[in-house]
Amino acid sequence: MLKILYWQAPTILNSHLSQGTKDYDASRLVLEPMAASGPDGKPLPLLAAEVPTLDNGGVSKDLKTVTWKLKPGIKWSDGSDFTADDVVFTYQYMADKATAATDSNFVDGIDTVVAKDPLTVVVTWKDPNPNPYQFGVAGQSNIIQKKQFSEFMGAKAKDAPGNLKPIGTGPYKVSDFKPGDVVTYEINDQFRDKDKPFFKQVQLKGGGDATSAARAVFQTGDFDYGWNLQVEVQVLNQLMQGGKGELVTATSGNVERLLINFADPNAPGDQRSEPTTKHPFFTDLNVRKAFAMAVDRKSMAEQLYGPAGSATCNIVTAPTEMVSKNTDSMDVCKYDLAAANKLLDDAGWAKGSDGIRAKDGVKMSVIYQTTVNPLRQKEQDIVKKGWEQLGVQVELKSVDAGVFFSSDAGNPDTSGHFYTDVEMYTNGPEQPDVTNYLSGWLSTQIAQKSNEWRLNNYHRWSNADYDQMVNQLRTETDPAKRRDIAVKANDLLVSQVVVIPLIARASPISGKNKALQGNIPNPWDSELWNVADWTKTQ
Amino acid sequence: MGRFIARRLILAVPTLLMISFVLFAILALAPGDPLSQFAANPAVPPEVRENIKRSLGLDQPWPIRYVKWVMAMLQGDWGFSFGSRIPVWDLLKLRLPNTLAVVGVAYLVSLIIALPIGIISALRQYSLMDHISTTLAFIGFSLPTFFTGLMMIVIFSVKLGWFPFIYDSTLKVSDLETLGQQLKQSIMPIAVLALFQTATVVRYTRASVLENLPLDYVRTARAKGLAQATVIGRHVVRNSLIPVVTLIALTAPTIFSGAVITEQIFRVPGIGALLINSIQNSDTPVVMAIAFTFSVLVVLFNLVADVVYGVLDPRIRYD
Repeated sequence: MLKILYWQAPTILNSHLSQGTKDYDASRLVLEPMAASGPDGKPLPLLAAEVPTLDNGGVSKDLKTVTWKLKPGIKWSDGSDFTADDVVFTYQYMADKATAATDSNFVDGIDTVVAKDPLTVVVTWKDPNPNPYQFGVAGQSNIIQKKQFSEFMGAKAKDAPGNLKPIGTGPYKVSDFKPGDVVTYEINDQFRDKDKPFFKQVQLKGGGDATSAARAVFQTGDFDYGWNLQVEVQVLNQLMQGGKGELVTATSGNVERLLINFADPNAPGDQRSEPTTKHPFFTDLNVRKAFAMAVDRKSMAEQLYGPAGSATCNIVTAPTEMVSKNTDSMDVCKYDLAAANKLLDDAGWAKGSDGIRAKDGVKMSVIYQTTVNPLRQKEQDIVKKGWEQLGVQVELKSVDAGVFFSSDAGNPDTSGHFYTDVEMYTNGPEQPDVTNYLSGWLSTQIAQKSNEWRLNNYHRWSNADYDQMVNQLRTETDPAKRRDIAVKANDLLVSQVVVIPLIARASPISGKNKALQGNIPNPWDSELWNVADWTKTQ
Repeated sequence: MGRFIARRLILAVPTLLMISFVLFAILALAPGDPLSQFAANPAVPPEVRENIKRSLGLDQPWPIRYVKWVMAMLQGDWGFSFGSRIPVWDLLKLRLPNTLAVVGVAYLVSLIIALPIGIISALRQYSLMDHISTTLAFIGFSLPTFFTGLMMIVIFSVKLGWFPFIYDSTLKVSDLETLGQQLKQSIMPIAVLALFQTATVVRYTRASVLENLPLDYVRTARAKGLAQATVIGRHVVRNSLIPVVTLIALTAPTIFSGAVITEQIFRVPGIGALLINSIQNSDTPVVMAIAFTFSVLVVLFNLVADVVYGVLDPRIRYD
């Protein structure tokens, strides 16, 4: 039996109604997308016979039509045939607003999905889509059975018995599920690969905390695989001495970063942080540079993250071929307090008697916010120490994560309102294609009162060159040119100090028993994406 | 007596309504929403979250949601969990057996141990046995469960490897072997909870018996020539139990609400673990159901305690 431990317990197994990673991962043993997103970000066919590309004609030249050919002979675990109709149904289910699918954004922009014949699905986009794999690849596009869910689309979605016991095409099927506690799976004897999977039973237990989960994997070996074991480096190292297990990690696209506010968070009344206002000193590139150069990201990575992340000065850190190699040599990426102090001196910010720099009666004082999280508070301390050595007054603020990341237009403490000078959190591209991610800095994306702070450019930064680059990325099809544009966009954001990247975070950061084989860490899909291949040596 | 109970029950209705209103208001006004988990996950954009909120009915103002909740509750509908999309009652049904098996058993165990120890250490005040039990009681009383729990895990699971520290709720007790496994996996959480509870009850019982021993009625009983066992059993213990009954009645509802910390440490999927996870995920219907049921039980057990006083002490009459 394979024993997997998640310290957040799965509560639902229909991934389209999932409440988080735990549910996505737990459903992935049962439900599959047409193709997995491989560890390098390239799709690997699962239900599809091959991955559609421009070269094989699966993706049309105008980037509007994607034709998926399905593998013949695939059966659902109840013995019925899997066909193109199931894919079409899954699209309709996700796209129905009343279903309130949590992954509905992955079907955004789709015009139609049509079953041309039982083994061919044609996806048509309203506009040319540079990412043909937005729908169909990775766990957000898990295909559900039409027969099981057709009566439960829209508002009735919550009543579906299949939410707790979906019929799937994956290697295992659910034999018992206690929501919020444990899922027990058994082999799906209809699975297309007759030799797989290798475990008679799988148990996915949920609940508890990360530290004791690490203990169960590394010290006692009670569990074969433990999800997200990010605990303090010292504690982790000590637990790993147990010798029963090892870490499973890969560099992901998620980057812990500092965001600079270009608007004035102290503007009076409802002008606060509105893009029409100007920040008293962050509009000066040299000041921003000085702030960037006083950040000791290396200490942060070594002392606080360990195996869970590495220092980076890029905002795009994966897939590997998209990562810029130019930033290492940039002056803004070097930790250099002397040079930073000189920049501020030259810019006319002189230290007063209290040691705080000021210019024209404006004190260089910043409020720096992030979420309540022990690790983040330690990061704040490191950054604060650096900035104080520049003669900057730093006030730290931490907000409950539920509030910080909420979309509540009435709450001034959200990351979108950005009523402080600097804020810190992690973000990254949700798919290997970085177009949407880089679009978050477009001037059309500026978050402000008129759009209830819903857009993604929290910095209130606008730059015509950048806008042009990203718009070009939307239509460019040549992979080499796409890469060049992405690197240029990354370099511009970093050199202009719109954002100060800190840590390239690892994902997964899980642990496995040393005897467990076949596991391949993958930042682009569920970490249980290839569970069919897992084995355990005795 | 019947009228007394009826009056108390009627009085309980406004009390419970008030409690439910306060509970609901606190939950509604607390920061965070059921979708804040999504927010930390960049894959779910705000429009999607707004849409989900609407589908859960969370776009309505909370007073309206409260009225709807009360109406549904009166018809026996506890709502459905935002997280699992199943009726709250089904979720509770899954959890209750685990809580009873651990928290309930621990409660019974602690009573069985604590009452005799408390009585004996009062009778033999300042004896060696009294000193030992008092010391142990203070230790049990002052050590928080998260500490004793972790200590036990480190000693018995990690170092000695005797007991598993992750509770397996899929285990079905069908024969001696599985019964042994069930005992092995529940012994640590039960011990942790029982230690604390025993300590409390021992202290109460001891103090109460000590208070009664020098009283006149005890001397009278002895003067009548009654045997020691009769004096203690029929008179002293019966009178001393009144404060203990209060304590038991007031803590008994916690058997239902589970032990949040202990359940979390040992991953016992009980009501306590459900409660804390639901609070973290702002799964309001589940939190409301648990908290409200708990308040109903507190009110009920208070009534039970009052009735038991009457049985224990003939001087107390409610008519």
